[in-house]
Amino acid sequence: MSVFGTVFKRDIRHAVRQSADSLTVVAFFAIATVLFPFGIGPEANVLARIAPGVLWVTALLAALLSLDRLFAIDYEDGTLDQLVLSGQPLSMVVLAKITAHWMTTGVPLLVISPVLAVTLNMPKDGYLPLLAALLLGTPTVSLIGGIGAALVLGSRRGGVLLSLLVLPLYIPILIFGTMSVESALTGQTPGPTLMVLAGFAVLAVTFSPWATAAALRQAVE
Amino acid sequence: MHRFANPTQFMRIANAIYPWVAGVAILCFLFGLPIALITSPADYQQGNTVRILYLHVPAAVLAEMIYYAMAAGSAAYLIWRHPMANLVAKASAPMGAMFTALCLICGMLWGEPMWGTFWVWDARLTSTLIMFFFYLGYLALGDAFEDPERGDRASAILALVGVVNVPIIKFSVNWWNTLHQPASLSLTKSNMSGDMLLPLFLMMGAYAAFYVTVLIIRVRSELLAAKIRNARMSQIAAMPQMAE
Amino acid sequence: MDAFRDFLDMGGYAVWVWSAYGISALSLIGMLVWSVRTLKARQKEFDVLKNSRG
Repeated sequence: MSVFGTVFKRDIRHAVRQSADSLTVVAFFAIATVLFPFGIGPEANVLARIAPGVLWVTALLAALLSLDRLFAIDYEDGTLDQLVLSGQPLSMVVLAKITAHWMTTGVPLLVISPVLAVTLNMPKDGYLPLLAALLLGTPTVSLIGGIGAALVLGSRRGGVLLSLLVLPLYIPILIFGTMSVESALTGQTPGPTLMVLAGFAVLAVTFSPWATAAALRQAVE
Repeated sequence: MHRFANPTQFMRIANAIYPWVAGVAILCFLFGLPIALITSPADYQQGNTVRILYLHVPAAVLAEMIYYAMAAGSAAYLIWRHPMANLVAKASAPMGAMFTALCLICGMLWGEPMWGTFWVWDARLTSTLIMFFFYLGYLALGDAFEDPERGDRASAILALVGVVNVPIIKFSVNWWNTLHQPASLSLTKSNMSGDMLLPLFLMMGAYAAFYVTVLIIRVRSELLAAKIRNARMSQIAAMPQMAE
Repeated sequence: MDAFRDFLDMGGYAVWVWSAYGISALSLIGMLVWSVRTLKARQKEFDVLKNSRG
């Protein structure tokens, strides 16, 4: 608990102080979503049809934007070296940082998503599955993103490279996230697809802190 | 296994098999191409477009095999610190990307006359496309650091993360594909006639032998690059004495 | 001669078949040439370095 708690509290405190960062991510989510009606046309039924997919894709891109700084600050000021050398279980540190990251970016995205769903004219039946899918999916997004963020530390082209590494890995989440909402809209139960998302989350919690820790270790080596 | 970790040992074996695999590649192309293009019969449904299959399928097989080889090499590098395993993975990546691209291109050139469209979001094509992005990510990450060793380690971890995700992605894409009812592909794979197997195997052999041949060339060149770096390093280290 | 024209025509699918074979051949040859050239360039560079050190 101690390592996890210390790092988690520190990161949350930092995020509260720099709350503009989280707001920027939410603003990006909103703007990127609002672009679609301009690109596709304002027909209500067309927008309703694409709403689940659009919300998921833009949420993934917004989360991706925030990943850049996940370890970068600690890497630059040397905190990361200390954490690695301290002998504390690094995967716990990673898990704490990612939990903090999810609470300060994933949760705000989740909160704003119903409002954006309204602008896309999504039918009422989709709201609860959308929230459930985002709740189960965004932790995986942060966990997988953590691996990418650790891998690109100190590289020449961080941000763009990160998206190339991480976005292909997001495809399963996108598929099942969108499908959860769509199945509800077509009168089916979203249960099975939500279960798959939960399964992904369990897998990601088990493996990705470990992979991220390995990536961090080689970054400061 | 540890025998191969030594560059000298590895290169001794590689140099010994090099003329043989190069020969096999040449022979397979020499026999395979005329059979694939001329003597093998045109399919009664697909006509001569079936000849594209002799390029498409071997490219697909190699694309996937090379990815697993790369992941295995990366694992050996990360776990046992085998430098040669890393060089094999690194030297394989551009070829893996090339075969993946060729598989996609040939698939498209086959799809247009047969299905009337260059691209269908068929489960296999989609998975191959995602694999292509994995290769691009691996290549881009390996090349993104000032310190080449840092790039080696980072991309090795990425290769492993990717290979763990391959089954998950395939499962997801299959699920997605069956749910969205894709354009029905009237061509079933089961009607492959015996006449097609010979050119297919020959071209598969040709591609595989080509891969091993070029792999040996590329590993040699990666080894030289490392030697050049070391020589430069020691030159820089020797610099102050020279100035005196 | 007719047989040869039939061969080039590929039963009306010449564009598809020949571009598939052409692109594949160019890629494989390109990969081979690139790899051999890199090897030779590095060999040369290494020899120069070795000689300069005596």
